[in-house]
Amino acid sequence: MSRPTALVLAGPGTNRDRDVAAALELAGANVSIALTRDVLDDPALLDRAQLAVVAGGFSHADALGAGRMMALDLAAVGDEMRGFVDAGKPLIGICNGFQVLTRTRLLPGALGHNAQGDFDCRWVVLDPVGSSRCVWTAGLTHPVHCPIAHGEGRYVHPDPAALADAGQVALRYRSTNPNGSVADIAGVCDRSGVVLGLMPHPENHIVARQHPHHRRGGGGHEHLGLRIFENGVRHAKAR
Amino acid sequence: MADRHRLTIRSIDPDPRAASVLDGIKQLGLDPVGQIVVADIVFVDGDLENDAQHRLHAVLVDPLLQSGSWATPTTCAVEVTPLPGVTDAGAHAVEHAAHVLGIGIRAAATGVRVEFPDEPSPEAISTVVERLVANDVIERWSHGTVDPFAHLPPNGPTHEADIIPLRSLSDDQLADLNTERGLSLDPEELTAIRSHFDSLGRDPTDVELETLAQTWSEHCAHKTFRARINIVAGPADELGTQRPPLLGQLRQSTESLAAPFVVSSFVGNAGVVEFEPGTTLAVKAETHNHPSAVEPFGGANTGVGGVIRDVLGIAHRPIAVTDILCFGPPELPLDALPTGTLHPRRIRAGVIDGIADYGNKIGLPTVAGAVLYEERYTANPLVFAGCIGSAPTRPLHDGPYPGDRVVVLGGATGRDGIRGATFSSATMDATTGDVAGASVQIGDPITEKLLIDALVGAEDLYSAITDCGAGGLSSAIGEMAEGVGADVELDAVPRKYPGLAPWEVWLSEAQERMVVAVPPDDLDELRARCEHVGVTVADVGEFTGDNILIVRSGGTVVAEIDTEFLHDGRPQREMDAALPEPDRSRATRRVVDDPVDALRRLLQHPNIASKASTIHRYDHEIGGSTVVRPLIGTAADAPADGVVLAPIDTTAGVAIGIGVNPWYGLHDPESMALAVVDEAIRNVVAVGADPDKVALLDNFSWGDPRRASTLGELVAAVDGCCTAAHMYRAPFVSGKDSLNNEYMGSDGERHSVPPTLVITAVAHLPDADHCVTPDLVAAGNVLMMLGSTEPEFAGSHLDLVLGEPAEPGVAPAPDPDAPAMYRKLHAAMRAGLVESCHDLSEGGAAVALAEMCIGGRLGANVDRLPGEDFATALFAESIGRLIVEIEPRRVAAFLRVMDDDATRIGVVTDRLDLRLPGVTPIPVSDLVDWFHHGPDDHAPAGGPS
Repeated sequence: MSRPTALVLAGPGTNRDRDVAAALELAGANVSIALTRDVLDDPALLDRAQLAVVAGGFSHADALGAGRMMALDLAAVGDEMRGFVDAGKPLIGICNGFQVLTRTRLLPGALGHNAQGDFDCRWVVLDPVGSSRCVWTAGLTHPVHCPIAHGEGRYVHPDPAALADAGQVALRYRSTNPNGSVADIAGVCDRSGVVLGLMPHPENHIVARQHPHHRRGGGGHEHLGLRIFENGVRHAKAR
Repeated sequence: MADRHRLTIRSIDPDPRAASVLDGIKQLGLDPVGQIVVADIVFVDGDLENDAQHRLHAVLVDPLLQSGSWATPTTCAVEVTPLPGVTDAGAHAVEHAAHVLGIGIRAAATGVRVEFPDEPSPEAISTVVERLVANDVIERWSHGTVDPFAHLPPNGPTHEADIIPLRSLSDDQLADLNTERGLSLDPEELTAIRSHFDSLGRDPTDVELETLAQTWSEHCAHKTFRARINIVAGPADELGTQRPPLLGQLRQSTESLAAPFVVSSFVGNAGVVEFEPGTTLAVKAETHNHPSAVEPFGGANTGVGGVIRDVLGIAHRPIAVTDILCFGPPELPLDALPTGTLHPRRIRAGVIDGIADYGNKIGLPTVAGAVLYEERYTANPLVFAGCIGSAPTRPLHDGPYPGDRVVVLGGATGRDGIRGATFSSATMDATTGDVAGASVQIGDPITEKLLIDALVGAEDLYSAITDCGAGGLSSAIGEMAEGVGADVELDAVPRKYPGLAPWEVWLSEAQERMVVAVPPDDLDELRARCEHVGVTVADVGEFTGDNILIVRSGGTVVAEIDTEFLHDGRPQREMDAALPEPDRSRATRRVVDDPVDALRRLLQHPNIASKASTIHRYDHEIGGSTVVRPLIGTAADAPADGVVLAPIDTTAGVAIGIGVNPWYGLHDPESMALAVVDEAIRNVVAVGADPDKVALLDNFSWGDPRRASTLGELVAAVDGCCTAAHMYRAPFVSGKDSLNNEYMGSDGERHSVPPTLVITAVAHLPDADHCVTPDLVAAGNVLMMLGSTEPEFAGSHLDLVLGEPAEPGVAPAPDPDAPAMYRKLHAAMRAGLVESCHDLSEGGAAVALAEMCIGGRLGANVDRLPGEDFATALFAESIGRLIVEIEPRRVAAFLRVMDDDATRIGVVTDRLDLRLPGVTPIPVSDLVDWFHHGPDDHAPAGGPS
């Protein structure tokens, strides 16, 4: 099958749309970036896509809570988003996109301010959860290395154990939990497993040179964030 | 009132802002106030039915994180709200939500509520609020509740311009007018303006006078850097001579170097270089000192926004941001703080928040920088913000052409930053914070992000572009109109609120605006492009071709200025300089009784200790191009020399290095300039950059140049820059001076910054896959020192920690062999012979070796160090030196490439200690511990929350 079509959604203030577009291109997709207003004008953009991303950044400056205004904007195409997921098409929300997707109720839980109080940018190690039903992390046997860059990344959920039992915990922070997320949760998926939300930025580790330990022989292809996007593309193709 | 509503939103888990205020109270030694609770407030002016309240509540309050209440709280508290016209992103969000939900409201605002459940005294509360929570420059606060709608901006005249009866004023009356209007003009300039209008047979309008004051301000016109300079004291052979202008000297040095990679230097908004065919880089560094002193968050925030617009204003996509910050000592007791100034802790917290907020939100990595602490920066903190941009090579825009439209893009105009350029050019005093008022704004990074989205890729749709910075439209359109003329209508400029006088619209420094000259045929396409991403487009007039700048308000002409007089009518300044005569003949030595303790104190010194708490606040990963980060090594906690950016699909990258050392400047400004140019270049060479492809930026922050000794130090520093540019064959491509960094204390004493020259080196890095960093790699490798070590201690950090002796001796002298040595080192790196490399700077060899051990979590056994005595070998700060780590099998090859110009000093070990000659072994864990426990812990944020 040819390269699947990926749609990257960007609101006013989304700023990692180009980064994730580069990751998806490398993973084998044909990517286009659309503004929220483009999708509101033409909801069929979603129908035509086989994979979608809500990208990271500061939509509407994250004023009064990260992701809230963009989630409100997307409510107008709530049925189309729901339809996209119900059709089994992979959707990922990264950082601000994760915050947006929790507010649209496509993902469970919420993201609060980091426990330590400040925006934090550093590299973290993510353990894929083997029992997860998430299509984006399925089959990943090695930890993913990539940076975080957020001020509101503390994952909150009233019953993280039930979430894990349902196979919805996809990624956990290894050793360093940078923001106080409950049960070290870095990424969660919906009940079907096609929607993944995560705070870290796998799109900023798609070639070995980006790894901070590259010069010391660290990193390595098995730890690339690219693997997550390759999974998404593979799933989009397989449908 | 029934049509005013307020929603108080509380975090269910502890709000970290409360802990931050409590921490600040402790650090500043304020009276304890018990517990603190912080909440957000949303104010709505509009008739909200219950259902509307319910729906807004559902959007603004996340039940998993927050609780919200529409009732007015009555507990002991203060509330803070931005002044009308100050950027309030929250208010925009509420208005957006109401619009999407179909709820009609008239206005929205936000605020912060700080509650004191233990009900301390109102005085204790006021102190906490004034010191830590609110800033009157941008905010209003009150005990109990606050009404944000109570103080809308006054309605002034909207079309009328005042006539200033300038021709009838005596010289004394001119001086009074100068003070009253805050024009900051020289007496000769005032009389030149008077003569000009005499010759026209009319008086100027306020618009005309203010336009001239802005255009002729030190900030915009660089009067000192363009002045003729008389040498009134100094070496006998220079006494009584006259110097060409400093700016001319720097330009001349660049021209004479004729570096093939320089595309554009010292013109336009930024320097442009082309290291690799097909891609140009725009580079610029700016200062934002005065605004950051009175409103640290907003000042630094808009400083970053401004320099990003400089790069956008030369048609490049911004790709990275740098920042160099100079603060007073964080431990300064409150009673030692000059009246009317903010405490260094608060300035630091606000500035760092401001940079992080803008850079992170606009989506640019903040990659390189420095933080310096020095008592002389207490009243005059310095904020240097830089930006690099990239673009496919194309001819520079050469418009505007007659007939092109004058188009303003971006944010609306308010009374923001009125007279910012003249404000920046004046000495500050205790009242500066009060009168500055509108001089500082909070940035709006999202609006600027949208400007980038709209303008990158639109290069064929305009013939000229510039940003609105100091002086606002008056500077931007005034500069573009030079040699062509323009006719503009102020009514077409979008406003934030009504009631602005014409001169206020014309001079407003409202942020996030660009001006482009657009051929009429391209206007529709540009408009469509801008409106698609959400950028406001205002067609305000035309470039005419008659060389006259005409400004109208409601059709009436409020200014008519010959652009030749505007740009060339200013009488050249003539200034006196007393050149410094440092004694460079007598080096003095140091005796260090306890070298371990000295190293401990150096590693804990705030200038050297870890800056991790600051660096992690900045996104340095976005864009995916960051290859060498500001923190490196196994634990990502050691300082890098240069940082490297390289897009994922290219082999080559760009390296950025910074050099700054005001302590040398206090002893010998010329040597300082040579030293900091060397340091910036050494930083990029150390990471693998090509020493033959380095471009430099200069930023001078100085005291009042009308004092001959201060100007003399500036002249000496410029001399040093020009000498260094030739020595290293590294041209200056852009620069910026910020003078008058002085504070008039209530004691009548002037407090000046030390001579502060920041050099930014931007260099071509041929192979980003093989960068070199300072972290030690493997036990058994050989350590070698490059460069020569002399007893140079004046301005050293050893003196800062142990105290300066009566005869400090000499500051580091230039090393004429350094440029050739850097070329050899680069060849060795290209051949893959170098495992790690670190430059020697503050604290000398001992600190450099400690940092290499920290980076690699490995030990080093150093059995000999060059230097004629113990203290010199360990702690002298001679420039041009590096330590490299070489695999044993490659030592011979390395020495061949270096022409034996390297000294073996020891080996890397896995014993996990640092062994220096004559010093007890120091465990690496101690080094790590000292390095991380300097006083640079992050202070609580002041300003907007």
